[in-house]
Amino acid sequence: MISSILFGLLFIGGFGFFTYNILKIRANVLLGRDIDRKGNKSERLKTMVLVALGQKKMFSRPIPALLHLALYVAFVITQIELVEIIIDGLFNKHRFFHESLGSFYTFMISFIEILSVLALIATVIFLSRRNLLKLPRLNMKELAGWPKKDANLILIMEIVLVSCIFTMNGADEAARLLNGNESYGFSISSIIGPLFFGSIQSIETLHILELIGWWGHFLMVLLFLNYLPYSKHFHILLAFPNTYFSNLNKKGKFTNMESVTAEVKLMMDPSADPYAVPAESTSEPQRFGAKDVTDLTWKNLLDAYTCTECGRCTSACPANITGKKLSPRKIMMDTRDRLTEVGDNIRKHGKDFSDGKSLLGDYILEEEIWACTSCNACVQECPVNIDPLSIIIDLRRFLVMEESKMPTELTGMLTNIENNGAPWQFSPNDRLNWANED
Amino acid sequence: MSLNVPTMASMMAQGETPDVLFWVGCSGSFDDRAKKITKAVVKILNNCNVKFAVLGTEESCTGDPAKRAGNEFTFQMQAMMNIQVLNGYDVKKIVTACPHCFNTLKNEYPELGGVYEVIHHTQLIQDLINSGKLSLKDGGIYKGKKITFHDPCYLGRANDVYEAPRELIEKLDAELVEMKRCKTNGLCCGAGGAQMFKEAEKGNKEINVERTEDALETNADIIATGCPFCNTMMTDGVKNFNKENSIQVLDVAELIANAADL
Repeated sequence: MISSILFGLLFIGGFGFFTYNILKIRANVLLGRDIDRKGNKSERLKTMVLVALGQKKMFSRPIPALLHLALYVAFVITQIELVEIIIDGLFNKHRFFHESLGSFYTFMISFIEILSVLALIATVIFLSRRNLLKLPRLNMKELAGWPKKDANLILIMEIVLVSCIFTMNGADEAARLLNGNESYGFSISSIIGPLFFGSIQSIETLHILELIGWWGHFLMVLLFLNYLPYSKHFHILLAFPNTYFSNLNKKGKFTNMESVTAEVKLMMDPSADPYAVPAESTSEPQRFGAKDVTDLTWKNLLDAYTCTECGRCTSACPANITGKKLSPRKIMMDTRDRLTEVGDNIRKHGKDFSDGKSLLGDYILEEEIWACTSCNACVQECPVNIDPLSIIIDLRRFLVMEESKMPTELTGMLTNIENNGAPWQFSPNDRLNWANED
Repeated sequence: MSLNVPTMASMMAQGETPDVLFWVGCSGSFDDRAKKITKAVVKILNNCNVKFAVLGTEESCTGDPAKRAGNEFTFQMQAMMNIQVLNGYDVKKIVTACPHCFNTLKNEYPELGGVYEVIHHTQLIQDLINSGKLSLKDGGIYKGKKITFHDPCYLGRANDVYEAPRELIEKLDAELVEMKRCKTNGLCCGAGGAQMFKEAEKGNKEINVERTEDALETNADIIATGCPFCNTMMTDGVKNFNKENSIQVLDVAELIANAADL
C-alpha cells in the first residue's frame, strides 16, 4: 500500500515536472518570429516518417547508424515494459501482463532483453568512440565541459537502465527456480539470472534484488525523462516535430524579406509620394536580420533545442575543415544556450528585461559567420533537418543592414552591384563585348 | 566561325520572340575565363539552331552575391529591376551557365513577380543531345579520358541537379571518376556565399586547395565543373599544386563544344 502511494506520488511528480519543463521550452521557442510551416501536411508527415522515425539520413554513415538504431529501437520497445511497471506499481501487482498474455509475454520480454543487450553493446561502443578513440567530431573544442559530460552521462544512464532490467528479470528468474517453479524462459535473464543469482539461497534476498531492479528501472526512467529538457538528448522527442516542420523548399532558396520588399516596391513606384507620411504601423518596427535569438524564427529556435550535438554538420563544413572558426554545431549550441538564458531572464524579470547581451557578439562572433560559403553541407548532413545556414544568413543581414559592418571587400562588391550592375567594376555598357571578341 | 548572339531588343524590333533567353551572368560577361564558357554555350546553341537571345547591356547582376552577403536591399533592388526587364520582354524560359544565377532566378525571383522556367546549361545541352539535335561522333577528343566532376553547391545540394552534367560526361565516351566527396557530399570550392569577393577568414588551409586535393586523388585528366566560380577556384587550386600541365579545368559546355568540334 505504502509502496503504491509512493509510486503514485513519484509518478505524478516526475511527469508533472517534465510537463512544466516542456511548457517552458515551448514558451522559449515561441519567442521566435513567425514563419509559415503549415501547408503540405502529407509531404510533412512523409518527411517526419522517413527522417525521424526511419532515420533515413543517419544511414549516410552506416556503422553509427546501425548502433544508433539498436539504441533507438530498444528505447522505444522497452516502453512496453514501462507500461507494465506503471500498472504493477500503482496496483501493487507482479508482472500484470504475464497471465493474460501467456507465451506472447515471454516472447515480448525476450525481445526487449535481446534489444537491451544490443543497446548495451552500442552504448559501450559509443562511449569508446567518444573517450578512447577520441573521434575528432566528438572531441571538438565547443564540446569542452558540460556538453562532453552530458553526452557521457546519457550513455552511463543507459547502462544503468539496462542493468536494472537484467537485475529485475534475472533475480525473478532465479527466485522462480529456487521455489521449484519453471523458468519464465526469458531469452537473456533465464541464462544470466541463474548464473549471477543462482548461488543465493534466500527467496527474500532475491525479492529485494528484483525490487531494486524494478525501482531502479522506474526511477531511472523518471530521472531520464526529466533530464531530457536540460540535455542535448532532447532530440529523441523533438526530432519528430522538427522534421515535420522542415523546410520543404529547395535548399538554395533563401527567404525574401517581406519588410524589404515593401520598401523596394515603394522606391520603384514612380507614383509614390516621397513626402507621404508612412501609414501608422500597429506592430513594433522589426529589426532587419537577427542580433539576438528573439529575432530568429521559432523554427530556428526549435532547431536549436533539437540539436544533439553529433557534429555531422561541422565535420562536413568546408570552413571548419580548413581551420576556420565557423562550426555549424556551435551556431546551434550557442542559439540554444542564449535562448535558455533569455527565457530565464523573461521569467525572472519580465518580458522587457535586457541583460545587455546578444547572440551575435556575446555568443557567435562575426568571424564565424563570415567564414560561411552557404554551401548547404551542414543542412544536408543534419539527421534531423536542422538548418544552421538560415541563422548564419540572418546574423549577416543584421550586420550588413543594421550596422553596415562587413569585410571591406564586400562593401566594394555591393557598391559595384549598385552602381554598375556587376560585383566587379565593369561598365554595364561592356556587358556584351564578349560576343565580338575572339 | 563567328558567333550569332541576338539580343532581346533586336529580336523584338524584328517582331520575333526567342524560345529561350540565355542569361549570361556577370562572370560569363566580364571574366576572361568565364567568357570562354559563355562562347562554348553559344556555339552549341548556334549549332543546334536554338532560337535564343541575350539581354546584353540590359542584363544586370541577379543580386545573388548581395543576398548571400546579407544585403537584402541590394538583392531585391536588382531582382525587381531585372524582373521588370524580363517581364517586359515576356520571357518564359531562361537558361544560364551559372548555378548562382540559376538558383536565384529559379527560386528567389518568383515571389517577387518573376516566374520563369529556369534551367541550367547542362540540362539544356542534355535535352539537345537526347532529342538528337546535337550528336557527338564516337565521343570526340575526350574519348577514354578520365574526367571528374566537381558538383557546384548551388546546382547540386541547393537544387538537386546531379545527373545532367554526369550524363553529358558519359556522352563523351570518357571515364567518369568520382571524387571521395561527391554529389550530396560534395565539398564546396570555397567561392559561395559571397566568399568569391573577399579574402577567406583565418584558417589553416584554403578551401579550394582542400577540394583540389580531392580532384587530384582521382588521377583525372580533366576536372569538369558547371559553374564559373568553381572553375576559377579549381583552376587556382590546380596552379597551387603546379599541375596545370597535367590536369585541365573545363566547363561541361566546353567539353561538349570541343568534342563536337564546334
